[in-house]
Amino acid sequence: MNKEPDYIKDISEIRNIMERSSRFMSLSGLSGVMAGIYALVGAYLAYKLFYFSDEILYRTISRGVVSDKVLHVVLLALGVLVLAIGTGIWFSYSKAKKHNYRMWDATAKRMIINLAIPLTTGGIFVLIMFSKGLIGLIAPCTLIFYGLALINASKYTYTDIRYLGFCEIVLGLLSSYFIGYGLLFWAIGFGLLHIIYGTVMYFKYEK
Amino acid sequence: MKQYLNHLNKAFENRVRLGIMSALTVNDYLDFNALKELLNVTDGNLASHLKALEKEEYIGMEKSFVGRKPNTKYHITKAGRSAFEEHIGALEQLIKEQHQSK
Repeated sequence: MNKEPDYIKDISEIRNIMERSSRFMSLSGLSGVMAGIYALVGAYLAYKLFYFSDEILYRTISRGVVSDKVLHVVLLALGVLVLAIGTGIWFSYSKAKKHNYRMWDATAKRMIINLAIPLTTGGIFVLIMFSKGLIGLIAPCTLIFYGLALINASKYTYTDIRYLGFCEIVLGLLSSYFIGYGLLFWAIGFGLLHIIYGTVMYFKYEK
Repeated sequence: MKQYLNHLNKAFENRVRLGIMSALTVNDYLDFNALKELLNVTDGNLASHLKALEKEEYIGMEKSFVGRKPNTKYHITKAGRSAFEEHIGALEQLIKEQHQSK
């Protein structure tokens, strides 16, 4: 009976392994905050450098030319995306290293695949809309598909990410009604929400 | 003597075996390498514990090929799941009792 303290350790070990083997726990809240900051900076730059009204866009599209401005905004958005993903990977890597786990394991793969399915679908859909000139619906669609992707991935990482997903979907639907404010909704959805979510996660799990 | 102590399973009185059972409880399948990384043990150590659990018929395995590499996937059996649940229940009881006696 002198082995009793060991049993408590056994239980905590069981919990730890169950969690670690089924969910990707290296996601860092700080990377969410950083992604949000990039998005806000990106939205600000887009607004300052090449702000356009949807009206101008529709006219250019009806003439069959996509204005340079639209392409610049697309490039800027891609830049923000790459930077955000890069930061996310880097923070996850250092968090995994701190806990002596491997970052890239079966749980990471599972989470990425489940995140990628709605995200790729949405990406292709948005490209098709772009080619058909439905520019006004691009921002709402990115938000909606991103929200669905997060909800899908939430089964394989922190469940809290589900709530972020719901918020993105609601925001996407709102923005599909208020067409023309795409940039503003983008700034809220990818900027503000990420910062709030990241801060909450940081204080909940990493502090 | 306290009844629940009978439910403590000798087959699980080892960190590695507990780890294997925990991981297989929450995953449909895990291959050898995934278990090895998760539990941070050597090939030989893991293999011997897997064999022991297999002999008890608490886990099952399937061999297949990924390209040319052999790949062994393990899964938990019905008997393994209920035995493990019983074991955890007994652990809980034990801890509760210990708290009360303090």
